[in-house]
Amino acid sequence: MDFLRPASWEEALAAKAAHPAAVPIAGGTDVMVEINFDHRRPEHLLDLNRVGELSEWEVGDETVRLGASVPYSRVMDSLRAELPGLALASHTVASPQIRNRGGVGGNLGTASPAGDAHPALLAAGAEVEAESVRGSRRIPIDAFYTGVKRNALEPDELIRAVHVKKATGPQQYSKVGTRNAMVIAVCAFGLALHPESRTVRTGIGSAAPTPVRAQAAEEFLNAALEEAGLWDSGAPLPPSVAARFAELASGACNPIDDVRGTAKYRRHAIGVLARRQLGWTWEQYRGAHNLEGAA
Amino acid sequence: MPQQPRVTPTELRQGAGTKGGIGESTLRPDGTLKVTGEFAYASDMWHEDMLWGHTLRSTVAHAEIRSIDTSEALATPGVYAVLTYDDLPTGVTHYGLEVQDTPVLAHGRVRHHGEPVALIAADHPETARRAAAKIRVDYAELPLVTDEASATAPGAPLLHEGRDDHHSGHVPHPNILHRQPIVRGDAAAAAARADVIVSGEYYFGMQDQAFLGPESGLAVPAEDGGVDLYVATQWLHSDLRQIAPVLGLPPEKVRMTLSGVGGAFGGREDLSMQIHGCLLALRTGKPVKIVYNRFESFFGHVHRHPARLWYEHGATRDGKLTHMRCRIVLDGGAYASASPAVVGNAASLSVGPYVVDDVDIEALALYTNNPPCGAMRGFGAVQACFAYEAQMDKVAKALDMDPVEFRQRNAMSQGTIMPTGQSVDSPAPVAELLRRVKARPMPPEQQWTTAGQAPDVRALPGGLSNTTHGEGVVRGVGYAVGIKNVGFSEGFDDYSTARVRIEVIGGEPVAVVHTAMAEVGQGGITVHAQIARTELGVSQVTIIPADTRVGSAGSTSASRQTYMTGGAVKNTCEHVRERVLEMGRRRFGSYHPAWATAELLLEGGKVVTDGGEVLADLVDVLGDEAVDMELEFRHRPTEPFDLRTGQGFGHVQYSFAAHRAVVEVDTELGLVKVVELAVAQDVGKALNPLSVIGQIQGGTTQGLGVAVMEEIIVDPKTARVRNPSFTDYLIPTILDTPTIPVDVLELADDHAPYGLRGIGEAPTLSSTPAVLAAIRQATGLALNRAPVRPEHLTGTGPAA
Amino acid sequence: MRVNFTVNGRRQEADDVWEGESLLYVLRERMGLPGSKNACEQGECGSCTVRLDGVPVCSCLVAAGQAEGRDVVTVEGLADYAVERELAAAGAPDDGPEGGVAPDRGGNGHHGTPLDAAKRWQARPGLPSDSLTGEGMPLSPVQQAFIDAGAVQCGFCTPGLLVAADEMLEHNPSPTDADIREALSGNLCRCTGYEKILDAVRLAAARQGEGN
Repeated sequence: MDFLRPASWEEALAAKAAHPAAVPIAGGTDVMVEINFDHRRPEHLLDLNRVGELSEWEVGDETVRLGASVPYSRVMDSLRAELPGLALASHTVASPQIRNRGGVGGNLGTASPAGDAHPALLAAGAEVEAESVRGSRRIPIDAFYTGVKRNALEPDELIRAVHVKKATGPQQYSKVGTRNAMVIAVCAFGLALHPESRTVRTGIGSAAPTPVRAQAAEEFLNAALEEAGLWDSGAPLPPSVAARFAELASGACNPIDDVRGTAKYRRHAIGVLARRQLGWTWEQYRGAHNLEGAA
Repeated sequence: MPQQPRVTPTELRQGAGTKGGIGESTLRPDGTLKVTGEFAYASDMWHEDMLWGHTLRSTVAHAEIRSIDTSEALATPGVYAVLTYDDLPTGVTHYGLEVQDTPVLAHGRVRHHGEPVALIAADHPETARRAAAKIRVDYAELPLVTDEASATAPGAPLLHEGRDDHHSGHVPHPNILHRQPIVRGDAAAAAARADVIVSGEYYFGMQDQAFLGPESGLAVPAEDGGVDLYVATQWLHSDLRQIAPVLGLPPEKVRMTLSGVGGAFGGREDLSMQIHGCLLALRTGKPVKIVYNRFESFFGHVHRHPARLWYEHGATRDGKLTHMRCRIVLDGGAYASASPAVVGNAASLSVGPYVVDDVDIEALALYTNNPPCGAMRGFGAVQACFAYEAQMDKVAKALDMDPVEFRQRNAMSQGTIMPTGQSVDSPAPVAELLRRVKARPMPPEQQWTTAGQAPDVRALPGGLSNTTHGEGVVRGVGYAVGIKNVGFSEGFDDYSTARVRIEVIGGEPVAVVHTAMAEVGQGGITVHAQIARTELGVSQVTIIPADTRVGSAGSTSASRQTYMTGGAVKNTCEHVRERVLEMGRRRFGSYHPAWATAELLLEGGKVVTDGGEVLADLVDVLGDEAVDMELEFRHRPTEPFDLRTGQGFGHVQYSFAAHRAVVEVDTELGLVKVVELAVAQDVGKALNPLSVIGQIQGGTTQGLGVAVMEEIIVDPKTARVRNPSFTDYLIPTILDTPTIPVDVLELADDHAPYGLRGIGEAPTLSSTPAVLAAIRQATGLALNRAPVRPEHLTGTGPAA
Repeated sequence: MRVNFTVNGRRQEADDVWEGESLLYVLRERMGLPGSKNACEQGECGSCTVRLDGVPVCSCLVAAGQAEGRDVVTVEGLADYAVERELAAAGAPDDGPEGGVAPDRGGNGHHGTPLDAAKRWQARPGLPSDSLTGEGMPLSPVQQAFIDAGAVQCGFCTPGLLVAADEMLEHNPSPTDADIREALSGNLCRCTGYEKILDAVRLAAARQGEGN
């Protein structure tokens, strides 16, 4: 095993180009467990800790450019207003110690359906900035997850950053686990209201081979909100809409039975979370909307 | 010095103060070392020129081993030895706590997933792992035995053919390791008097001890051909008895020292790396360290028996139990371990702390291809308590009676006759313990809300995962009480040894206490120093580390160590005191008549009369002489249970605890937040109140864990463990653990030293059923298994 | 490969490090600092918690090479770290923990634990012991509180909990119970049921508040 220590992003890309099978390591949350337990013996480990820019973020007009290694604890503390869904998701990641080191790049690189960031990224809308010595490209988050623990990266590419849309409305995120802290998702759900485009987006974790959006549920809700003029009126959501949304979210799951939970439970729980989050976010939207109207 | 390994703390010294005797919350003598990282646990040891041992384990549960090819592994640079069954040095190739049925290394067959097959010693752990991957084992898989049906089916494969252990003669099938019926009164006739009869089937999952310090040890070959072993264990002398014959060494050439132990809870009662490390050290002539990682630890020790329990209770309209029938089937897995004792406990304690005259009880342990099960905190009694307490709630409900009142009406007390015919001859304040937990004020409702603020998810089911802001959350309250035996039962010659020396050092009398008691965190060493102070009136006490240079202390299990090794220290101190007083009489007797007439004590470094008059300074009595004695201490003898009727004076002491659980359940998602777990326990005498409370809270939390999350999941199709990691075997975090108020009673047991009662296990029993009862109350669901998982609370589980 | 970093204020170097080794392994097996514990090696127990450039992390999940040139504080250095923090807070001329001197707790810089160091805690006759546990070792307030409150049983989780608790109290000197629980939710304990650990952190916070 060789340990590659690039001091800059360019050196990292060159190293990855020279050794496409090299395993990038940043927070170590996934890679070190695999090494400690003899599940993986890559020929090269590519340490990204020295590439300082990966731990930086920039808040732009419409998006936040979040370096791949920005620790979850920083997202929680510093980006709660811009990325509320991702901040909530970050708070559910493992333990304080892990949140101090792990970043979104690791979740995306591993592309496990259980990665905590995925539903929040799907719901907010995001693009993954991937780069190789051949050049840089933006991969829409919807096209990023290609299979169980597989993603759209080419072997010579590294994740430099993720561009996440700044919130223009309420966002929520919940994860179900059988413990009240430090737990891997049995399933997870994220919801974002986008008042500027009058759309909602969702994300589901651990309930399908890849992180997915509940597209039928989104379409239904977009139509229902539009039809009843709810974005404008800020009126309460009819319970039947919430129920149907939950049902469709549940239907978007394609889960399995495993040691963490049953498929049936995952479908059920996603439905419950979808309904609850819709309630939380819509009430928050109404509150803000009606306050605005009054002012 | 350079050749001496880093060893566990020697000569821990508690000093100063004229106080610090029993009844005070003196602090741990190893506390400073533990908070500074200086305390040497088994996995911390290091030795010049040391090799790393590694164990190759079976990947399948049941197979014939056709061949093992180690040649490529042996040829790996950095590898010093590769051992298989064929390399064992003597004809003694099996070991076991009671039944010697466990192969040191697999011989022609593996019987469970993770069974040791080969050993490697190499210069780096990674070298050893790479070499292990090069060992070729040709397995031909065999049909599996995984439950009672497959174990006793016609033509079932036998786990152990040609059994000749002392249980083999009385079991109905060779795949049944041990069976204990208990019959007393006439359950059938009593059932006819019942106004209500309630039955139920229950399942208790396989729990792991999950001690944090993984199995580890360092074996150092000695010049005399023997070996020095530094290891984390619960019972040095039991290890020694099993190790030495396999090595072909006399016991005195296997010198064992207890290293720092990172928790035990029963999981270190059986051997893990002990023989393996010694074999590699003796083969290579080099010190060998073996440290299991967490994955291997799940295969490196036995677990709590999963159990299927069927119960039937009857009661009269006025709330008196008429009879109890039960059948308890424990899955012992592939090897015997402590299963026979677990069966004895399950059977003899199956009725719980209640008066039931007419009983028909059967408990048995199976041999299967599942992971071996054995000792874990409260064994046998834990599984039974889960079921009988569920039954108590059911009967109370059938009678439309308050569940606590119903329990109190049937609660045992001093003088109650157990199903075994044994009279409970010390206080049994069962009704009082229940009264106390019930009388506690309830924790406030909706603790997650603060006016004007968003709900605090940390106080809600789901915690940080933000799954509810109060939606679906229902509170429930549940009660349970349990009974556990203390000490080794059924006629076992249970004893402990203590060596105590008193002498003047630096102008001050100092007591030195040496036992082989395994300090696993429980605080036995703290208590030993307190006892020595109380009995010998000194302030300075030095605790010598546990090793096999002193006689056996028995196991740190069965809630027995304060009773037994504490009792041994007390007993030896009393004899030392007598000797000291004799010296005093010889030297000073003529100066004061009280030397001959009064009851004399040692207090504050002086000889005093019971009236408080000082007769002499200990320093002057001792001069430059030392008194040094090593004595054994026994509890009163017990008897084996009759193999047909289960009658017999089987247990030396009983221990009782009661819990009230307050939970909040997210009934839609099936997530549980335990809000409070109140405990009341009779401890006889709290030698160290701070440690007593720590034990009770710790035991309670382990019971909470198995109520809502902890279970080793074995695939029924392959008998392979599916979750051997801390990612998927979950134990409670600080956010899962509620406040645990503890109410301690001290009703002396006159048979025991200072009247004390063993305390370690009882709180683990009733915690689980109390939580389950609370969840049942919140959800209205029957819930017949532990742990209860979200799918069980939401009707989304798989079949069975 | 060779790895250099600072541990408890002292420069350390390890040679022949296998590239797959964790910071935890290097601390324990190559630098004679086994205080950080190896309970799970998968980031699920917190027993190996150290501060890496001031931030609490699981040292089992840091590749040894990632620690190159960085600053590590382990439980062995906690008492000195606390002293330096106090000095820094008091405005004393001090260049902070990074440049501090940890005379006694830096490990030996080579393989394993020096044997004399392993026996450092041995009884020292003639040493005045004014507490039942004191052997004259300096302790940080949180270390003392863990002893006093009965938060230590087997002690295997203790080093990680201490590092995590000490860091929490550094930035949150008056934590609520919920704050304590959240900050320590990455540290498993199997013995105590956590109640005495909560007591200990409350005690340390209270003593800190009194200016002790």
